[in-house]
Amino acid sequence: MKEGEKEIELIKKGKRLDGRGFEELRPIKIEVGVLKRADGSCYFEMGNNKVMAAVYGPREMHPRHFQDAKMAVVKYRYNMAPFSVDDRKRPGPDRRSVEISKVSREAFDPVIIKEYYPKTAIDVYVEVLQSDAGTRTAGINAASVALADAGIPMKDMVSSVAVGKIGGEVVLDLSGVEDNHGEADMPIAMVARTDTITMLQMDGHFKKEEFERGLKLAMDACHKIYELQRTALIERYSKSVGEGEE
Amino acid sequence: MGLEIMDDIRKDYVYDVLRSGKRVDGRGFREYRAISVERDVMKRAEGSALVKIGDTEVLVGVKLEPGEPFSDAPDKGIIMTNAELVPMASPEFEPGPPNENSVELARVVDRGIRGSEAIDLEKLCIEEGEKVWMIFIDIHVLDNDGNLVDAAALGAIASLLNFRIPNERYGLTGEDSLPMRDTPVAVTTVKIGGDVLADPNLYEESAATSRLTVISNADGALSGMQKSGNGELKEEEIAEMVEIGIEKAKEIRENYLSNFL
Repeated sequence: MKEGEKEIELIKKGKRLDGRGFEELRPIKIEVGVLKRADGSCYFEMGNNKVMAAVYGPREMHPRHFQDAKMAVVKYRYNMAPFSVDDRKRPGPDRRSVEISKVSREAFDPVIIKEYYPKTAIDVYVEVLQSDAGTRTAGINAASVALADAGIPMKDMVSSVAVGKIGGEVVLDLSGVEDNHGEADMPIAMVARTDTITMLQMDGHFKKEEFERGLKLAMDACHKIYELQRTALIERYSKSVGEGEE
Repeated sequence: MGLEIMDDIRKDYVYDVLRSGKRVDGRGFREYRAISVERDVMKRAEGSALVKIGDTEVLVGVKLEPGEPFSDAPDKGIIMTNAELVPMASPEFEPGPPNENSVELARVVDRGIRGSEAIDLEKLCIEEGEKVWMIFIDIHVLDNDGNLVDAAALGAIASLLNFRIPNERYGLTGEDSLPMRDTPVAVTTVKIGGDVLADPNLYEESAATSRLTVISNADGALSGMQKSGNGELKEEEIAEMVEIGIEKAKEIRENYLSNFL
């Protein structure tokens, strides 16, 4: 809990404020290939979160001394639009976005086959346009699809979701109000095919059993998100081939 | 570029030794290097601690200043945690603005302090909506031989356990101290190949694919976690790391913090 906040009843009659059950995701909408200039892109909605991801590359790495002779360098920029939050966010990177960019990039490190493209850069840009808790996880989900759309070779996609604790209950995919008044928040990212965790953060108060239960819940949800990501990609590409657009 | 070659040599060495079931410095897999915590080492700071874990050395200073509260928390003090990876601490550190590693270090330490609710922020209110105490926790890394997070987090809580509130300097009256409500302790483990090692030294850090910091409170509950690094972790590996985290935090708390309580 953000200490001492006014008590808000987050659970009423076994339901959450938005009517969801404890283990229910918010509605997800995925659109693939939404930007013309980017090599790959994805628009992703998760509840009231609206994020856009774009991928450029593999392309020449500038400045050159950052090149890696053995593999591509993946860069990841998580950025919030100034109007994406209640109190306008000052444009540009802050400490929070620097950290999120780092852990998000690391979430993709195990899956991107960087050895195929030495000396290049693969740029992943994530813009949060509207936020309602869980933007880093929405960003990772979007970036995954955008990377696939860009044709970047990957061992698998990455799927991401948060679990948390509200009113003493472990619940999936916190909304903004739940995050602000909840007791714990734990975003994770997972590779569905191998069930391996590539990002894990936690803050708040979790007993060990709650943590274990939360992790399982989040991993199950990642499988669901993975299917949605996969379906969105298949739909996008079966369509263009069928209609002979490209 | 020379450093990269050294990096490869170091990694090979760590792997080779691990293959024979040992760590490069002969420790057990769950064993920490020697820890020392010295408190109140800097007299200009309202609280301070010098922590050594093996050859890793981190100095933490706590300063307080009155300031304006955030509009959404008018009756609460403010915590600001900052870390500087000063160039003297490692050939790999460069002067300049904070980079992602120093930001991550500061934010993970901050997360443990906040998550544990160790500081009663309401007690730091001077005048609601007008003036509150801002606590600055500054982490100064002096020597990096690996596992900066645990050293910094231990330094932060040790400094906080006995800081003075500088009322006089600002012409204020009130309590001169603030007892902590909890003692969060960070325990970092790394995964190298199939092995999990606590308190990685620099060699082990460079060979590790993933690192997990687990911060836990006196009651054994988790108050913060952070996975770092390019690798992936299985559910059972995370479970092992969390278990080590809680167990080691208890030991560290008893051995190095309880005498300050």
